[in-house]
Amino acid sequence: MSEVAAAPAVVRLERVTKTFPRGHVTALQDIDLELEPGEFVSLIGPSGCGKSTLLRLIGDLVEPTTGSITVNGKSARQARNDGDYGIVFQDAVLFDWRTVAKNIALPLEMLGWERDRRRDRVREMLELVELTGFGDHHPWQLSGGMQQRVAIARALAFQPALLLMDEPFGALDEMTRERLNLELLSIWEQTGNTVVFVTHSISEAVFLSTRVVVMSPRPGRIAGTVEIDLPSPRTAETRDTQRFFELVTEVRELLRSRGEHLLPEEEAALE
Amino acid sequence: MSAVAAPGARRAALGGRALRAVGEWLPALVVFVLVVGLWEGLVRALHVQQFLLPKPSTILRVCWTQRHTIWPAGWYTFKEALGGFAIGSGLGVVAATVVGRFRTAGKALMPVFIAANAVPIIAFAPIFGAWFNPISAQSKMAVAAVLCFLPVTVNTLRGLQSARPHQIELMRSYAASEFEIWRRVRVPTALPFLFTALKVASVLSMIGAIVGEYFGGALNALGVLINTSAGIFQFDTAWAGILVASLLGIALYGGVVALERVVLRWNPETRGS
Amino acid sequence: MANAAVAVRPPRRRARVAPLRSALERAGLVALVLAALVGAWELYHWIWTTTGWTWPFVVDDTSMPHVWTIFKAFGQPAQVNQPALITVLLHKTAFTAKEAATGFAVGAVIGFALAVVLVHSRLLQRSFLPYIVASQTVPIIVVAPIVVVWLNPKLPGPLQNWGAVAVIATYLTFFPVTINTLRGLQSADPRALELMRTYAASRWAVLWKLRVPSSLPYLFSALRLAATASVVGAIIGELPTGLQDGLGGAIINFNQYYSIEPQELWATNVIAALLGIAFFVIVVLAEKAIVRRAPENVA
Repeated sequence: MSEVAAAPAVVRLERVTKTFPRGHVTALQDIDLELEPGEFVSLIGPSGCGKSTLLRLIGDLVEPTTGSITVNGKSARQARNDGDYGIVFQDAVLFDWRTVAKNIALPLEMLGWERDRRRDRVREMLELVELTGFGDHHPWQLSGGMQQRVAIARALAFQPALLLMDEPFGALDEMTRERLNLELLSIWEQTGNTVVFVTHSISEAVFLSTRVVVMSPRPGRIAGTVEIDLPSPRTAETRDTQRFFELVTEVRELLRSRGEHLLPEEEAALE
Repeated sequence: MSAVAAPGARRAALGGRALRAVGEWLPALVVFVLVVGLWEGLVRALHVQQFLLPKPSTILRVCWTQRHTIWPAGWYTFKEALGGFAIGSGLGVVAATVVGRFRTAGKALMPVFIAANAVPIIAFAPIFGAWFNPISAQSKMAVAAVLCFLPVTVNTLRGLQSARPHQIELMRSYAASEFEIWRRVRVPTALPFLFTALKVASVLSMIGAIVGEYFGGALNALGVLINTSAGIFQFDTAWAGILVASLLGIALYGGVVALERVVLRWNPETRGS
Repeated sequence: MANAAVAVRPPRRRARVAPLRSALERAGLVALVLAALVGAWELYHWIWTTTGWTWPFVVDDTSMPHVWTIFKAFGQPAQVNQPALITVLLHKTAFTAKEAATGFAVGAVIGFALAVVLVHSRLLQRSFLPYIVASQTVPIIVVAPIVVVWLNPKLPGPLQNWGAVAVIATYLTFFPVTINTLRGLQSADPRALELMRTYAASRWAVLWKLRVPSSLPYLFSALRLAATASVVGAIIGELPTGLQDGLGGAIINFNQYYSIEPQELWATNVIAALLGIAFFVIVVLAEKAIVRRAPENVA
């Protein structure tokens, strides 16, 4: 893992297809997607549309069946080896036997940083996610929302150009989720990464992103894109604006129309 | 996209499963052949003293030529082990059930049982011999039974205590009696734990029987046979006896595993994927 | 941002007082159990001698000496012109404990190493696990003399005799350590494994940063079993070789005099039982000292 300068990434997928041989499932078909540096892109769609698979393809946790994936001008495999991205899962996946501080330091240890440098960076990250003072706690002593903040701190600790997030707030209650949305935006403004954000929630997608990519299932395809032109910086009031409502409706229409294969319960699952 | 499996596809799936089963066992088989071959070769080449390690071919030959003494002796000892296994495990299940009924007693006694499990039972083998007459089969059964009792008790008790609170709550919402809860939730939860203990106990019971025979036993018992053969320097016979003892221990273990497959059909861990 | 609202801070002062109280409770429980055992023993003795029942076995002062008799035997010499039984037994215990401790240490290391090798290769697992399991069905008590005869001449002087028994103890110890450690190493959260993949972590890093720490509960469970196994192995190793210096030798000796002086064999057995329990307790205490975990994470 080398240390890449914190310039935002470019991600490009060309005609990417992913089939899982076991169940003869085509998770993704003919995906063409390009992400500009500094974008905040949300992937949204019903279950089975392949959004999590798409995220994993970018992170080289899964290999495409056909097509090519480029991250920062390199192959996805090379990007992973070079540590070009940080990832946050729906489950915080913190190590129980490490304190919060040591959890955040994990990628830095892997990179071979010396102790002092690690300690300083951990302190910075704790400030960034507003958990100063909790460094010596253990994960099980924190609430779900706090654990996710630790996971975000860990993902950003080595300042990757790209941040991949797989429904990171899905397991949290609505109020915590809205609060963490604001926090995430403020962090993103400070770090300037490119973010790929998978979510089930239309309002979350519209609130956070510069662009929302709508996907449809069976087989997983990109149904359409909605450019989000809401002003920055976004606040809690942004959710009450007319423009916000229009954009949410636009996304919802796109989901409904292109997702002819949506089952009633899948529709209901989308907010 | 779930397709209905066509009959051809099902046959292919079964064939695939058989192939995978072979694949599971092939490496072990290869190792077996290699080790036996190496053993045979090395003993020949290095002229290892026969009492240390006879050739596998010699051992097998003795198993055949002496079959009228070794195998019946093995069966005799096997019965001792089986008896001890049954008695010890049975008592263990009963003890765990009784203790498990009283929640606080169970939690308090568990560490006691676990500590008791640390006692080297074989030290007590001569005492069992004194109690039940050193020659008799009962004394060996007693050793085997005591060896089995504690692991089974500890594990079964742990299993009975590990039912998830939500499941108990659910049963209460059905106004189920304590007995119903015990039967429908605690027992099925405890079964995997019980079988883990039974697997351990099966091996221990055979060992216990043979260790018990070290302190005296019927002339037609396997442990005695091995010891006396070694005493008169008939090491081929002794090693053949050891092989038979090991095979019988494995057989008992295998029996428990087979029983487990049947009883715990629903448990993904035991379906041997 | 309201952070502190949901954090749980363990109360510091209670944490210091609680271990003392629980230790006293534990000691009280042990005393209670011992008293119950002694009571049950004497009760059984009394009932069976008054009724004259002969099943499952005949009860008299030889087959079931009174607890007091056994206790008294500790203070008296077993043979003329010898120190008190308790002294003799303690020496023998030290000898056996040496074998068991060595077997424990070596067996634990071998078991751990084997588990590490096996966790990285399913092929090796399928090749060797059946034999590792089968190895424990070989009745070690009959193989022990052969091992001793073969090994003794090869050992350097100070290691002879007890060293061979230590090997036997190792044989019984490595197995539970291997099996349980393997399960522990395999128990790493698959999502944590995925996280390590995102760091392009080497196998070595995954092993030491993820698998080993998450396997600690299993490892200690294995060490508890290994503690017992090493003591059993040491005694079993001594029995057929008739080593006079250890507990096994004492058992054989006193077994021969059982009909005359049963309490001596019983005394020996009590000491042997205490040795096994002592090893076990040491491992439990070590675990308490080393592992500080989430309360729910008990293997």
